[in-house]
Amino acid sequence: MRAAVIRFPGSNCDQDCHFVLREFGFATDYIWHKESSAAGYDLIVLPGGFSYGDYLRCGAIARFSPVMKSVVEQAGRGVLVLGICNGFQILCESGLLPGALIRNRDMHFICEHVRLRVENSANPFLRAADVGRVLRVPIAHGEGNYTADSKTLSVLNAEQRVVLRYCDAAGGVTPGANPNGSVENIAGICNERRNVFGLMPHPERACDPKLLSVDGRAVFDSLVMTLANSRAA
Amino acid sequence: MKAKVIVMPKQSILDPQGVAVREAMRHHGLPGVKSVRVGKMLEVEVDGADEGKMHEICRDLLSNPVIEDYTLVLEK
Repeated sequence: MRAAVIRFPGSNCDQDCHFVLREFGFATDYIWHKESSAAGYDLIVLPGGFSYGDYLRCGAIARFSPVMKSVVEQAGRGVLVLGICNGFQILCESGLLPGALIRNRDMHFICEHVRLRVENSANPFLRAADVGRVLRVPIAHGEGNYTADSKTLSVLNAEQRVVLRYCDAAGGVTPGANPNGSVENIAGICNERRNVFGLMPHPERACDPKLLSVDGRAVFDSLVMTLANSRAA
Repeated sequence: MKAKVIVMPKQSILDPQGVAVREAMRHHGLPGVKSVRVGKMLEVEVDGADEGKMHEICRDLLSNPVIEDYTLVLEK
């Protein structure tokens, strides 16, 4: 299993992702954003951070980095692409995922553990988790308020592409459990082909008991399971 | 050529920044303020760009059509 972590100027969760991917058995490389190719990997991760200082809009300039052309090509070939936090913003800006992330409802940068309900596990990124399972994973963002027009939302719902929603401890998807104002409590979505997944929470920060939660392992367990199956097939 | 590009959040999108500024204006003695929307303006000086190319860049880079509208004002 080979994974690449793309590094943009301003990425700051790249080492966390690299560390966790190696723990899960991935031969993991960093790819600098000025490289022209991200080919040859089973998984490409766009990590969190503040690429290009969040200038213009979060992810707006990173989306035009040389390496992103190759990331889009690889996604088109079915390679798994995981965008976390700023990575999710970049995926939306690049058009690989629909919608956009705007300023949090209450304007604050939020850094805390939240709860996420697994809404769909028929995808490579959460197949190790049962639908309805509640994961405790941290968020750390100022612009994680997911928005999309009503047509896009109805497509996402109809195609079961909303993978995670913010919820309370009992799994209730309620307004009170919505940290940032995201429409319909959406925390993570995938593309139609289900090989591109973006989420605002940080599963890589919830893989070690020392970090107070290991629920993020569900994502990496799922990826390992997916790639082991595809090799066996 | 000089150009101004004005980028505003779409009317259909909640603008948390505008809401916060509106509240601050009310606290500063203007209780009647009904709505504030915060956008951005870019001043551009450019050689050899036609209007079509400028619109393309406004659409693809300077604004995000999912959440924003732009206005391009050319000053020849």
